[in-house]
Amino acid sequence: MILSIRQVVKKYSDHLALDHIDLEIPRAKIFGLLGPNGAGKTSLIRIINQITAPDSGQIIFDGEPLSPKHVDQIGYLPEERGLYKKMKVGEQLLYLAQLKGMSKPEAISKLKDWFIRLDIKDWWNKPVDDLSKGMQQKTQFIATVVHEPKLLILDEPFSGFDPINANMLKDEILAIKERGTTILFSTHRMETVEELCDEIALINHSRVVLAGEKTEVQNRYKQNVFKIRYLGDLPAYLKGMEVLSVNSQSATLKMDVGISSNKAISEIISHVDLLEFQEIIPSFNDIFIQVVKETNAHE
Amino acid sequence: MHMNKILLIIQREYITRVLKKSFWISSLLAPVLITAIYAIPIWLAMKDKEVKRVEILDLSGLWKKSDLVDKELEFVFTSGKEQELKMAFASKGFDAFVSIPEDVLANPKGVHIYSAKNIGMSLKESVEKLIQNKVRQELLLKAGISSQIYESTQVDIDSKTITVSTDGKETSSSSGGAMILAGIMGMVLYFTLLLYGSQVMNGVIEEKSSRIIEVIISSVKPYQLLLGKIIGVGLVGLTQFLLWIVLTIGLTQVTSKFYGEKVKNNITQIKKIDSGKQSTLSSKSEEESPMSEVTKVLESTNIPMIIAAFLFYFFVGYMLYSSLFAAIGSAVESATEAQQFTFIVMIPIILSFLMAQYTIQDPDSNIAFWASMIPFTSPINMMVRLPYGVPVWELILSMTLLVLGFLGCSWVSARIYRVGILMYGKKVTWKELGKWLFYKG
Repeated sequence: MILSIRQVVKKYSDHLALDHIDLEIPRAKIFGLLGPNGAGKTSLIRIINQITAPDSGQIIFDGEPLSPKHVDQIGYLPEERGLYKKMKVGEQLLYLAQLKGMSKPEAISKLKDWFIRLDIKDWWNKPVDDLSKGMQQKTQFIATVVHEPKLLILDEPFSGFDPINANMLKDEILAIKERGTTILFSTHRMETVEELCDEIALINHSRVVLAGEKTEVQNRYKQNVFKIRYLGDLPAYLKGMEVLSVNSQSATLKMDVGISSNKAISEIISHVDLLEFQEIIPSFNDIFIQVVKETNAHE
Repeated sequence: MHMNKILLIIQREYITRVLKKSFWISSLLAPVLITAIYAIPIWLAMKDKEVKRVEILDLSGLWKKSDLVDKELEFVFTSGKEQELKMAFASKGFDAFVSIPEDVLANPKGVHIYSAKNIGMSLKESVEKLIQNKVRQELLLKAGISSQIYESTQVDIDSKTITVSTDGKETSSSSGGAMILAGIMGMVLYFTLLLYGSQVMNGVIEEKSSRIIEVIISSVKPYQLLLGKIIGVGLVGLTQFLLWIVLTIGLTQVTSKFYGEKVKNNITQIKKIDSGKQSTLSSKSEEESPMSEVTKVLESTNIPMIIAAFLFYFFVGYMLYSSLFAAIGSAVESATEAQQFTFIVMIPIILSFLMAQYTIQDPDSNIAFWASMIPFTSPINMMVRLPYGVPVWELILSMTLLVLGFLGCSWVSARIYRVGILMYGKKVTWKELGKWLFYKG
């Protein structure tokens, strides 16, 4: 584990932001931190970044209690991000890299590599004021990763990116993961969660309400619903299952509890020619909405 | 490691400001202005120094060539009829014609000065003075007072204030010069405290409104960022003082070189006149320029001590105020929003400047004493008192109180700052600021 969060509590004067949070974030994985606005994600991220301190609880980073020396091993891209407008791109990145503990020559050489990789070689002396929004986002991304942190925290990294830059960012994130960096990803965008994350945790009302490995979580929320394509006439009633919907030569079926796929298939093929049989895996969007609704109902 | 990061912040704050055009404009403009204030009167004085030729008809026969020595006037004795001479002097190349009647001692009003153009006031005064002196001398002589006695009555009172300290040490000082020096230092402190304090505030607002703040404080602690910024901007201030001093000295040197020859001529002339039999009062006044008064004060005071105290009061006073300015900057999201809070920090600065007007008149009064002790008003008021001489214990007490005041203010400011920089979209009230003081980590 790169990061273990144990029983972390954070209270603000008017509300409880984090209520005994427990999370284990494994090394070299992409970990999705999900949750509606105001659930406590930003509070947790600020505590990991040591911008604020928890009221109680413990955080273990790379085997040691989290302490100020670890800030150089964490890279943070906040949701609301900016740059010094009057500074030049190169000197600004150099400054931010040095603030993360890099030496000047090391920072220069690493930055040059990034400038080549992201195809922005001639930006070094450009004032930030002259950059487009997309260009500024590239610059901010470099600032987050140049010191090669062990843990990368990205808060809504894709917001405001055009599709081309978003794709580039995705590729870079995966490449960074390949090099052994852990990525903690805070987002609302479920399609990126499905595409990129290995593990997820859902926070609602200051508590972790769902956590685990991505496919395992999806399996947990499987509804035993299958989609079939066939030739012939499907009867309205099938043994051991419920027909949810029929639509010219295709249908959605819900298995009764305890019915195996094999049994279901043999029942179906006794009526029609089966062309396709596919389990419907719940989308994270559905899981998200379902879990949030459930926990809200409990409140 | 932490020290390195503060140094990096100081470096950035310093370099980005020192590389700005506005920094150099203000650094260059002030010495040019000061030099101009210094040089223009000299230049004007020089301009008048072309020698005027005066034809003189002395019917009384009292005047000798040696009585009529003036650096601006050249007298030529003549004879003839006043009626004719007064028509002809201009065509002979004289600037003026003076006629002195035979009975000048009984009838001094009989002296006439004619000139072709409208006669200059200074020419008229110089001529009148020369004639007056001689008439007075002659009248006294007639009354039985010798020329020696007359000479000895020509005292020039240049009031020197002697400051006697408690240990009996005497230092001569000129209160006029002390006042000028005190006034200059008070003014400079007043402007720089406001100027650099608000620079810190704008820097904080810039970081917050551009949203770079969250990235920075994920690398360094808020207090490190605050400290680095305040020190960095403070060093910009010190650099500016240094530039002002060096450039002013440099420019005045160059200017005096430029006028060098003429000035030297002037001085020898003044010396010649002073050593002459007649004491010429008119030339005396030129030496007593305000700048020479200040020079006199500088000679009689402990300059290294004044400079050290000035730098101390600037830097600590600036740190105190700028930490408060920073707290305000952190609580708001734009410069316009900051205005409702800045007045509370500006009031003590303006108040100390107003108090300094009393202090400069009466540096040992109760008001002056307390104004130079209270941390908020002490930077300006102590610097205003210092050229007049201040007991060492008062200075040490004032400095200690200022440091304590700074520590107190920076504690309050740091607590507001660390909460404020992350607070968006919330209308900040005084009550809210008070609450932030007691937030946990």
